[in-house]
Formats: sequence, C-alpha cells, structure tokens
Amino acid sequence: MNRFSYVRARDAREAVDVVSAHPTARFIGGGTNLLDLMKEHVTHPSHVVDITRLPLKGIEDTPDGGLRIGALVTNSEVAWNAEVKRRYPLLSKAILAGASPQLRNMATTGGNLLQRTRCYYFYDVGTPCNKREPGSGCGAKTGFNRIHAILGTSEQCIATHPSDMCVALAALEAVVRVTGKDGERAIPFADFHRLPGDTPQLDTNLKPDELITAVELPPEGFAAHSTYLKVRDRASYAFALVSVAAALTLDGGHVRSARVALGGVAHKPWRNPEAEALLTGKPATREHFQAVADALVRGAKGFGHNTFKIELAKRSVVRALEEAAGREGQP
Amino acid sequence: MKRSEGSTVGGVAPPEEPTKQRLSLRVNGAEKQLDVAPWTTLLDLLRETLDLTGTKKGCDHGQCGACTVLVDGQRINSCLTLAIMKDGCEVTTVEGLARGDALHPVQEAFIEQDAFQCGYCTPGQICSAVGMLAEGHARTDDDIREQMSGNLCRCGAYPHILAAIQQARRTSAKGEGT
Repeated sequence: MNRFSYVRARDAREAVDVVSAHPTARFIGGGTNLLDLMKEHVTHPSHVVDITRLPLKGIEDTPDGGLRIGALVTNSEVAWNAEVKRRYPLLSKAILAGASPQLRNMATTGGNLLQRTRCYYFYDVGTPCNKREPGSGCGAKTGFNRIHAILGTSEQCIATHPSDMCVALAALEAVVRVTGKDGERAIPFADFHRLPGDTPQLDTNLKPDELITAVELPPEGFAAHSTYLKVRDRASYAFALVSVAAALTLDGGHVRSARVALGGVAHKPWRNPEAEALLTGKPATREHFQAVADALVRGAKGFGHNTFKIELAKRSVVRALEEAAGREGQP
Repeated sequence: MKRSEGSTVGGVAPPEEPTKQRLSLRVNGAEKQLDVAPWTTLLDLLRETLDLTGTKKGCDHGQCGACTVLVDGQRINSCLTLAIMKDGCEVTTVEGLARGDALHPVQEAFIEQDAFQCGYCTPGQICSAVGMLAEGHARTDDDIREQMSGNLCRCGAYPHILAAIQQARRTSAKGEGT
C-alpha cells in the first residue's frame, strides 16, 4: 500500500474541503474496495479522508412516505432492517446476494455505489486498461472476458459495474443525495452511474469533491411482487454473471407497472423503460415477459467468452418476472 | 519525517509527509495505546505489533476470511481495515474468546466435531461463527452455509465446520449463551 496522509473528518464540510484541495485524495468509509485497490497499486491516494465519524448512519422515513438511508449505514444494517425488509424486500435480497457477511458488515451504502469494476485487466497493473490509465488500451476486448459487459460498451471499455445493491436501487428508482463545494443536489439513480464512452475512467457523474450523504427510496417498494435473481459461477460469494431486479404492480392478473434492471451486463445497472412499458396492461404471462426480455437485451454484443450472457440475460429476465408475479407479499 | 499535528485539518493543510498517529484500542479486554502509521491494517497491527498471531493472513484481499476478527462485536475482515480508523473500538480475536481455561462454546464445538485439518482458516472460521451466531439470522444448515461463505477452507472441512457451528448454536439456544 502506498504512503498517504490520514485525515479523520469531523463533518461533511471538512471532508469535502480536503478532497477538493487534493485531487488525489479519497474518502474512505468501509474501505473494502479502496484498500483492495490500494494493495493492488491500482489506486494511490495522497490523502485518505475517513468519513466514518460523520452523522450519516440513520434510516428514517421521508415526508413523502419513502425511506432515507444514510450513506454510512452498512450493507448488513440495510439488508436486515425491518422496514427495508417489509417495504423494500427487493433491496434486502439484492444486498444479501452480494459479497460476504464480513464485507457487508464493513461496506457502506455510499461506498457500494462507488465500488469499481472487478475487470481483471483493470486490477492487473501490468496490462493496459483505459479505465485505469486512459489511452493505454483495453486488454479485455480480445482477452478473457467471461465476466464482461454485453450492453452499452464502447471501443475503450467493456467493464461491468459489480454491485448487486445498485441493481435493486435502479429498479426502485432511488435518488442519491450528495454534497460538495457547490452545495447539495439530488441525482436520480439512472443518472448516477454512466456508460464508458470515451471516458471510461469515470464510473459516475459525481463531481470529484462530492460526497454521498444518503440514498432515498421512493414510497413504491413493490413489496408484493419483486425479486432479485443472481446467476453466478458458484452458489455464494461471487459476482454476478447476470442478475435481474424485477418488480411489478399487478391489477388482477394484469401488469399495472413493471421495472426490470439488469446487473453484470453493463457499466451501470441496465434499464430500458420502453421495454418495461411493453408489459403495461398486459397479462402477467411468460409470453409477455419474453417480449420484455428480448427488448431489454436488444443490441447486445458479446466478445467471445461472454457471448453466452445474451441468452442467459433473456432467460434470467423471464424467470425473475415469473417469480415476481407469483410472489405475494413474502418479505 | 515531519510530525503530524493531529488527524484533522481545521483549515490547515494535512502534513506533506505522512507519519504515525496515536490509536487507542481495547484488544481482548486490554487497553492499548499505540502509535501507528495510517497505512497499517488492523491485521498487521494485531500480528506484527501486538504478537496476536492467531489471526491469520490468507489472501490479504478480503476473499478468504482467515483474518476475521470481531470489532465492537461484529465480524469483519481485518486485512481490509485501517487500524487507525478503529480508534476507540473493542477488538476481539481468537485469543480473546476463551474465559480463562474455559473455551468458547464455538471453540469447544470445533474440537468435538473435528472441524479443522491444517487449522490455518480456523481462527477466522471461529470468529466468523461467533459473529454470525450473535447476528442471529442463521438456523438451518443452508443458512449457515450461506452466512459462512466469507470463510474459505482449502482442506474442505466444511461438513465438520457446519456440524460444529450447529452444535454451538444449539448450545447457546439452550440458554447457556455467551
């Protein structure tokens, strides 16, 4: 690990001040990803700004009937929180599908959003990577790319976002609250992460000095009809090859509204509202789920080792929607 | 090397050269005052400075669980933890589980069920199991398999580890507790 200055921030303002004064400074919360990246020499911050003493640890109701989760609430606390389990079981299930209990006890809500890709080439500093070193090339496109993206890729980068929690947050249309030099703002989840394009070094649309303070869930939690399906190379403690957050509201046997977010297939949780709209007013049947799956994955491109993901994603969407439709208020 | 004037900035630029900072920890019941470089992991502090070598360094990347310890009662990977960030916390390692000569029920169960072979992952397995039982979300064999998935055993002693944890769980459920 590189040498760095450690700063224990007393408030959000101080944390933002240090990071804006030092371009290579990093906030640290749980540290589960940052320390790993530092040990691999992928990241070498001049300053590590400890934000864990900031008062961002609450889970509370919002005036509109939603739920606000502080940025420092751990993944375990969110997943096992009684209100989250009752009102947003999709989120609880997605979090528990990721990492290990030890890591979930450490990892924070804000940090989960900011974790970096697990692309092997990004991690291996002996190989080129446009995300790690812009302009150096991409080892993954013609290399071993079983875990890589099939949607929204660019010439420069085919990395995926590794989070499970974020796939659920995308489906739930959460809002990310941030604070920075220029004040506070709220970022809709769909606009938080970005596709790689020509600047794959940027994972999100956060400004460099901005600190996540909370994630807000809207009132609709799809508690009666939602599921998180994760397909991976082993039964537990592995990143998703493909994952699906599926959420429905039903009116009798017909779909009133549908949300489907895919993980493991793109640089951000993948949604397509037009594909979801195909279900509106339709019977909740396999035939209609298949149409959504086809539309959602349309334009997907494989790179050899990961081409299987195209068919896998479609089948996973259908299965997740079937599970969600059949699910009756089981938290 | 310049000396740090403290861990916060308050309008003053952080030191150009990082240096050691004061850390207070309660480790296995004993108060410790230590000066640590900020890049020292909790794992390295335990093993190299405090000579508590029960906690093992396996992968050093949070993938194997050999470094699992309890911080304020919660199981974490000490290899991915900066020691300085745990200032004021209570750390329990495998050395701190027994009460005098009386082993912790999880330790007893590991011996009775022969839940190890080479033993390298065992301290992490035991600390993880103690943390998991305190969390209280595991009942069935499948629950335990899933919630112990952060601890790898290359000898493949999993069936006996599972049996040991179930034995300890039933013992605590009978009210003997921890």
